[in-house]
Amino acid sequence: MEAKTKDLWVFVETNEDGTAKNVGIELLTPGKLMAGKQGGNLVAVVIGCGADAAVQAASEHGADKVIVVDGPEYKHYSTDAYAIALCTLVEKYGPTSMLIGATNNGRDLGPRVSCRLHTGLTADCTGLDIDEESGNVAWTRPAFGGNLMATILCPDHRPQIGTVRPGVFKKSEAGAANAEVIKEDIHVADDQIRTQVIELIREMGGENVDLEGAEIIVSGGRGVGGPEGFDTIKALADVLGATVGASRAAVDAGWIAHAHQVGQTGKTVGPKLYIACGISGAIQHLAGMSGSDVVVAINKDPDAPIFDVADYGVVGNLFEVLPVLVDEIKKARG
Amino acid sequence: MNILVCVKQVPDTTEIKIDPVKNTLIREGVPSIVNPFDGYALEAAARIKDKNPDTKIVVLSMGPEQAKAALKECLAIAADKAYLVSDRAFGGSDTLATSYIISETIKKVEELEGKFDAIFCGKQAIDGDTAQVGPEIAEHLGLPQVTYGLEAELDGDTVKVRKEVEEGVEVIGVKMPCLVTFTKPAWDPRYPTIKRKMAANKAEIPTLTAADLPTINLDNAGLKGSPTKVKKTFVPQKKTGGVKIKEEDNAASAKVLFEKLSAAGII
Repeated sequence: MEAKTKDLWVFVETNEDGTAKNVGIELLTPGKLMAGKQGGNLVAVVIGCGADAAVQAASEHGADKVIVVDGPEYKHYSTDAYAIALCTLVEKYGPTSMLIGATNNGRDLGPRVSCRLHTGLTADCTGLDIDEESGNVAWTRPAFGGNLMATILCPDHRPQIGTVRPGVFKKSEAGAANAEVIKEDIHVADDQIRTQVIELIREMGGENVDLEGAEIIVSGGRGVGGPEGFDTIKALADVLGATVGASRAAVDAGWIAHAHQVGQTGKTVGPKLYIACGISGAIQHLAGMSGSDVVVAINKDPDAPIFDVADYGVVGNLFEVLPVLVDEIKKARG
Repeated sequence: MNILVCVKQVPDTTEIKIDPVKNTLIREGVPSIVNPFDGYALEAAARIKDKNPDTKIVVLSMGPEQAKAALKECLAIAADKAYLVSDRAFGGSDTLATSYIISETIKKVEELEGKFDAIFCGKQAIDGDTAQVGPEIAEHLGLPQVTYGLEAELDGDTVKVRKEVEEGVEVIGVKMPCLVTFTKPAWDPRYPTIKRKMAANKAEIPTLTAADLPTINLDNAGLKGSPTKVKKTFVPQKKTGGVKIKEEDNAASAKVLFEKLSAAGII
């Protein structure tokens, strides 16, 4: 399709309580710059149920306009309802570009929508820019397990769409909420939603393993030695208010659930602080956490590749380092 | 029950090295494997067959003639029939074009093997890492989709999929026909038996080309049919190592680490 405007859209995914997922708000930051270069508005598109909080957040964090689709059929994500709503909006308004957070749902929705609109989609981007020559969005993304980066353009199809990795961009400071809010009524009938949630089995003890949105992650690997070794990891995570991550080796050994896995076959994370304990740093693991702001590594092996990406590396036994670190933090915080 | 599993032959990315002089990927000598996520999809199909022995599993791959090695591996593990779709006109396809070609091929294979009740794919291939081809095939064929599946079981005309979500595991019901993509489950896929391996080696794998796909529009295939274009590729800059701490004992190291982190305002 042809673009009808020069606007750039950011799809803001919502939680069931109507708040925005972090990544949608984060993407307003690069979105603002890109929309400026494209000469259009920054438009946040919020789909959810009772999503006033998400609309407010988008407005406070730089959106010029917010288009909101609100209804009970959007409370829980479904591919069908969300794809219908988003495609209807794109066809009506014709944005030139669209950013979608690369969460599980974003990566479920993106290809469905781009295929229906017969346009290009670039997956899991870690870099965004406007190509000076052509004025197209330059989407940069890792491939081959993070061994290679590629910059992709979508020159002749609109909208140009990309999913963007959470944690790569930072939320702007909240400002005044001046966005124009446009409500769109899009109703999706029950029989158009072809999947049904039968049950939600929460991770042990109702704990929410939100690695992608975590600000601090403490991860354990083979060096943790067993499931009980993760108690030491959790103790540090608890004092820091951190989420527990794990390497593939620890997950494969059955010491911790796969939902905790960071890396190519697990989650891609971008916390402010990533503490890798007993993790050697295979390229697949590095691919999942290289977007972290600060990396701390604790490992017995001074030659472990994790030290190559660590800002602070401790060569030593994690079972002796972590408890002392926990004590120091507790002491400092009184 | 008739299940199609889509598989891709990929370079083993764990074996990829960077040429330190030219700063490019060294692809020579890198072994080719069945994309591991596609292996999980095949295992999920095999587990359905374990419980429902009249299930037929067909595998389909798009790629060059060498990709038949991957299809043979799938035959040795669990598949009953394999097809390769291959044509020079398909070269340079992005995910939209690839999924279009595969969906057109599926229509052809269904003429030969009967309608598929379910199409299983890996959640993504480990070379491109896009996770787009599965959902795009579902869109081209108008099928409902469930992504990030861990396990699947039949319940009448429904597939119940255990799906990995941020909060834990969701059980999703989806009526057949449908498409499911799979991520890494808690179990390991089965290995082929010697007997199946020998049979797979002898198996004839038909190659379908563009000429075999009566409804395909080649404007939507290959470079011409690909909305996305690669502008450039480059090897990411490696972060250089930071401060290394190794004091006389671990407790002292921990204290130094704490001091440095709090001095930098990190914790």
